[in-house]
Amino acid sequence: MNTATVALIGNPNCGKSTLFNALTGSRQHVGNYPGITVEKHEGLLHTHKHEITLVDLPGTYSLTAFSEDELVARNFLIESKPDAVITVLDATNLERSTYLVLQIQELGVPVIVVLNMMDEVRRKGIGIDLARLSALLKSPVVEIVARTGEGKERLLTEICKALDEKPQAPDILLSYGNDLDPVLVNMQERIQASTLPPLPPRWLAVKYLEEDAEILAQGKASDPKAHEDLLAMVREVAEHCQKTLDMEPASLIADYRYGYITSLLRGVVTRPTTTRFDLTDKLDKILTQRLLGPIFMLGVLYGLFTLTIEIGAAPQGWVEDFFAWLNGIVSTNLPEGFVRSLLTSGIIDGVGGVLSFAPLIMIMFFFLSFLEDSGYLARMAYMLDRVFRIFGLHGSSVVPFIISGGIPGGCAVPGVMAARTLRSPRERIATVLTAPFLSCGAKTPVFLLIAVAFFPDNANQALFLVTLGGWAAVLIASFCLRHTVIPGASTPFVMELPPYRLPTLQGMILHTWERLWQYVKKAGTVILAISILIWAGMTFPQLPAERLAAHEAQVEQLGQQAFKNDEAREAAHAELDNLQAQEALRYSIAGRIGQAMESVTSPAGFDWRTNIALLGGFAAKEVIVSSLGTAYSMGDVDPEESEGLSARLAKDSKWNKWSAISFMAFVLLYAPCFVTIAVIGREIGWRWAAFSIIFNTSLAYIISVLIYQVGTRL
Amino acid sequence: MERIQLRKMHINQSGTVSAIKASGELGRRIRDMGLVPGTELTIVGRAPLQDPVALRLRDFTMTLRNGEADQIMVDVHEA
Repeated sequence: MNTATVALIGNPNCGKSTLFNALTGSRQHVGNYPGITVEKHEGLLHTHKHEITLVDLPGTYSLTAFSEDELVARNFLIESKPDAVITVLDATNLERSTYLVLQIQELGVPVIVVLNMMDEVRRKGIGIDLARLSALLKSPVVEIVARTGEGKERLLTEICKALDEKPQAPDILLSYGNDLDPVLVNMQERIQASTLPPLPPRWLAVKYLEEDAEILAQGKASDPKAHEDLLAMVREVAEHCQKTLDMEPASLIADYRYGYITSLLRGVVTRPTTTRFDLTDKLDKILTQRLLGPIFMLGVLYGLFTLTIEIGAAPQGWVEDFFAWLNGIVSTNLPEGFVRSLLTSGIIDGVGGVLSFAPLIMIMFFFLSFLEDSGYLARMAYMLDRVFRIFGLHGSSVVPFIISGGIPGGCAVPGVMAARTLRSPRERIATVLTAPFLSCGAKTPVFLLIAVAFFPDNANQALFLVTLGGWAAVLIASFCLRHTVIPGASTPFVMELPPYRLPTLQGMILHTWERLWQYVKKAGTVILAISILIWAGMTFPQLPAERLAAHEAQVEQLGQQAFKNDEAREAAHAELDNLQAQEALRYSIAGRIGQAMESVTSPAGFDWRTNIALLGGFAAKEVIVSSLGTAYSMGDVDPEESEGLSARLAKDSKWNKWSAISFMAFVLLYAPCFVTIAVIGREIGWRWAAFSIIFNTSLAYIISVLIYQVGTRL
Repeated sequence: MERIQLRKMHINQSGTVSAIKASGELGRRIRDMGLVPGTELTIVGRAPLQDPVALRLRDFTMTLRNGEADQIMVDVHEA
């Protein structure tokens, strides 16, 4: 068996991933290229004599260095030197796809040209002369339909042939016209006499003319003298082009490439005399229409959200029930003590709480990959871009926001992950950083508790206002961030509206599985560690021996007292236990931090009990209600049934209408929960994750102090 | 034949790209998509808020913001 590496490269939406799935099935995994967030998809493929690692490179239109995706694809070809390269072309869109093929060939890499979507080509009545295309590109050409697997065998044969014969790169010498060709020759000579990186001289020369940042930096580092000479040549010809043609060399290069492609394809593609209106045009007439478009979009967003939450509720309940059952088993089989407390309150509650989101994430990504693969997501970005752009965001930001809780009940964890569909780095960072301001499903019970306690007649309106407040925070914060820490002009919107296509079930399932697995892995590592930390903070140090003894004595005393009935006795015991829990919590590290923080938080209207609850909320916002319960000696409070705690808070002298509003604002805005922070760190880097903790908490504090100080003085 | 900015074109109007002023990242992205001088294009639609604009060229549809479309000059075909 010979082992070999084969790379798949192609435009976005060319069906490359569908082909990848068809070739490797489930024998694939996703990793990351070192140091960056671009995903590395690898899969295994066996032929009768080769064991092939197939690498699915990021979709790209070109091999310049403007985006991470392009750079990853290019560097993989240059550095990893795969044994064969398959370029996947959307055959309904040959000109633009061929542009990429030419660039790969210029890099001196032999390719296998795969024409995908041949079924659509035939349906449209377009003819493609494969033999002629193959001769002109000096490369094997294979026609396939990745969705159905048609042509897979032919492709495998070509792959084997390429691996056995190891063909040389075809010598395709593209002319860039009378203005650039002479200088390219001179530059090539200079490059051959230099110690610049060992790349095809003509390709390097073209990249110098295109002023490719990465290549210029490498050139400067490896041979400064040659670098300066080349730059001088580039400057001279650039000036000349500007003067005589009013164009920069990079534009001229693209012109000649496309000119070459147009003449190359002239004898290859035959079109029917009448072009038919296809399905995509008909659908777009309705789906992006001025009035119907936005209405349909609202429906889709609402549907995505409702389906995720509604369908997810049942399996989420099963996961929760499973962990409750597990908790029960551990509790009955282990003696009371630290080990039991650590296992139940620390590990099982912590990890279980995180895993209970897994079904929601699975369902959400299943629908989202349908929207993305079908082509509708691009239309949503198209319709909403005008609005979001005002705030320094991108049309594609809408989906992460909706999922994060733009409609109450979402969750920032899948929301932040959904921001991957944004191809613009600055807008993506702003989206990820602001999405946690929205009213997620874990914050909703907190708002409900406070609204019922302090605004009993207008609880629903209060909730609605909090949701609007979340949106306002998102837009205003994005605007501010984009003008301060993430400055820079908005990324161009130049985007393709791909034809509507029915996604493959296999692709959707694999995509969903990948995302789910990444999430579950996180729960097993980071979250586990943090759960234990939070548990320890709320457990240690224990009350001193004399306090425990005093409590024992009280319990004993209670045992001797006479009660009307067993119910009354139990109630008295429970009250005593709750008092002890409150005292223990106050004595613990968390309790001490809460008390120490009182001087800082009192301007916002929070006392030590509120502080503990908010500290717990760093782990998960659900913890806020249960910690408040313990702090107000209510025992364990079920977030779904918190009427008792509501009544208790409403009567407490420390609380009033303004501290309630201030508290809600704080909970809405302060640091995201740890799961979200872990995901933010993974998606856009740990520096931004740390930033979001500090920025969000400071913002929340300022707003809360303002609300409380101004409100109580009115 | 009249030469106008791409932004000023109306829906279903066709033309030939005559010049592209954009440079830098925008210029490069536009070129990579095949929008180079000499390319035939047709405006197929505008987003509900009139921006961005969707155009058909080389057998696919792409979108541009109006501000980006300002940098592209088109010789429009007679209706």
